[in-house]
Amino acid sequence: MNSDALLSLRHISVEFDGFKAINDVTTDVAPNTIHFFIGPNGAGKTTLLDVICGKTRPSAGDVTCDGVGSLLKLKEYEIVKKGICRKFQTPSTFVNLSVYDNMRISLNRDKSVFGSILARKRYMDTKKIHEVLHLVGLDEKSKERAKSLSHGEKQWLEIAMLLVQEPKLLLLDEPVAGMGGRETEKTANILESIKDRCAVAVVEHDMEFMKSIADSVTVMHEGAVLVEGSATDVMKNEKVQEVYLGRGEANA
Amino acid sequence: MPFVLSLFRLTLLAKFVCYAIVALGIDLIWGYTGILSLGHAVFFGLGAYIVAMHLKLASLGTVLPAFMKTGGLDALPVFLEPLRSGPAALILAILVPVVLAFLLGFMTFRNRIKGVYFSILSQALAWAFVTIFIGMQAYTGGSNGITGFADYFGMSLTAPLDMVKLYYLAVAVLALAYIGSTWLISRDLGKILIAIRDGENRTNFTGYDASRYKTFIFCISAALAALAGAPYVPFAGIISPKELDIAFSVEMVIWVAVGGRGTLIGAVLGAFLVSILKTGVSETMPGAWLYFVGLLFVLVVLCLPKGIVGGVEGLRTHFRRCLSGAARAQADS
Repeated sequence: MNSDALLSLRHISVEFDGFKAINDVTTDVAPNTIHFFIGPNGAGKTTLLDVICGKTRPSAGDVTCDGVGSLLKLKEYEIVKKGICRKFQTPSTFVNLSVYDNMRISLNRDKSVFGSILARKRYMDTKKIHEVLHLVGLDEKSKERAKSLSHGEKQWLEIAMLLVQEPKLLLLDEPVAGMGGRETEKTANILESIKDRCAVAVVEHDMEFMKSIADSVTVMHEGAVLVEGSATDVMKNEKVQEVYLGRGEANA
Repeated sequence: MPFVLSLFRLTLLAKFVCYAIVALGIDLIWGYTGILSLGHAVFFGLGAYIVAMHLKLASLGTVLPAFMKTGGLDALPVFLEPLRSGPAALILAILVPVVLAFLLGFMTFRNRIKGVYFSILSQALAWAFVTIFIGMQAYTGGSNGITGFADYFGMSLTAPLDMVKLYYLAVAVLALAYIGSTWLISRDLGKILIAIRDGENRTNFTGYDASRYKTFIFCISAALAALAGAPYVPFAGIISPKELDIAFSVEMVIWVAVGGRGTLIGAVLGAFLVSILKTGVSETMPGAWLYFVGLLFVLVVLCLPKGIVGGVEGLRTHFRRCLSGAARAQADS
């Protein structure tokens, strides 16, 4: 394990009523990379994201972030303030607010009640919002309500809402689920272009999507790490093929 | 307007003005933030009770109110002593409900009690307060409440001119409350409240502590209800546990539902319209109001889920679309 990792998971286990959803997982996410967590349903990928972002507390192990220390004692919103932002599987934008306002309340700044009452419109904020919206191709729709966006656009808006917070690490849960080929391609381009700003951790089923942009991959199976490596290494691995392609060589 | 009304009508209208102030608070917590409080009458009633107690004490001088004597007290309880002072009473009339709202909000929202569970809790609070206020007759006047005050901070409650002045005072409070609420909503806070309503989880993961925002707006909302209680007292002439009641709390919610939640003007409009309707129905068919209000609520939920203001807005965009469609058709041909 390298010491310059941005995020380190050490011996993480999660139990739900005696069922081990995650069993002794240790892995690292390096800065400025796109790191994939793949694996069949029930492998524990989403639970792992839940642990990182503070939604689920592990029964054992530790999560540390470079420059922050352990994340386990922090609440969700405190973890967000440390620069670790999570996108959920279903698009969850604020549907009754405009695209611009969605971005505005996502900005990284004083998020206390009184801060929100006294905050002023600053030129730099507006500029930053439009810059990030441009990056995901939604700048022209900034005045529309999030409600009226298509499924793909909502997903991009949500990524933009995370980006505008200037995160160190983006956690994305199946960002291309339900997307068509062209939308998937655009999402891949967006993720590629944000790599120089932050690290991206993606939970995904779509192997093609993974192959096109992954820098490193962790394959999970039944709550444990099966293999780690580059996309091509992982795809070649026999254990992975077994888990993915068929509990039987008949299909191969 | 007040000059052409009889004193009786003026008194009614003034009460409606007070209701409209409460409606603003309900709209902030329910319309904008999505938290349905079914106990707001407690905050309104507490404010009104505190002011009424001051008026009672002030009008009697050193004599103890009759209900205290029959209750077995021979001196004013120490905790009611501050209410002898007018300014202290006015401050406490706001402060006590806000502190109560803070405690309730802090404990429930921080523990992530939400939705219908919060509504039930707030209703239980109303129930508890009615029971306490009826039970503690020596301190509260029991089910009769507090009545029999002659003047209100130097103004006579029998002089029509003073009543008109008091009416304008209530209108001024409503105007200030409206401007204040509009300002609050126009800030980023307004957007964050809507964000909490539409996706609390997402708001937490955007770096906001939603429970603090909810507690804050619950306190503001309680403060508005309490603020309405103060000018209400001279016009009601009597404050009884009816002012704390669950039925009254539910009526408050209906004002906002009918007017249109999520728009401040809708809340104000709803409070006036429903109250005017209530007066009309009660005067022509006494006792029919409860059936009426039930029917009204069902109709609004079914036909106008966004209330009157939402309905009008819907019609307007519909017509605009029709018009622009027609214009386009004309341009094409």
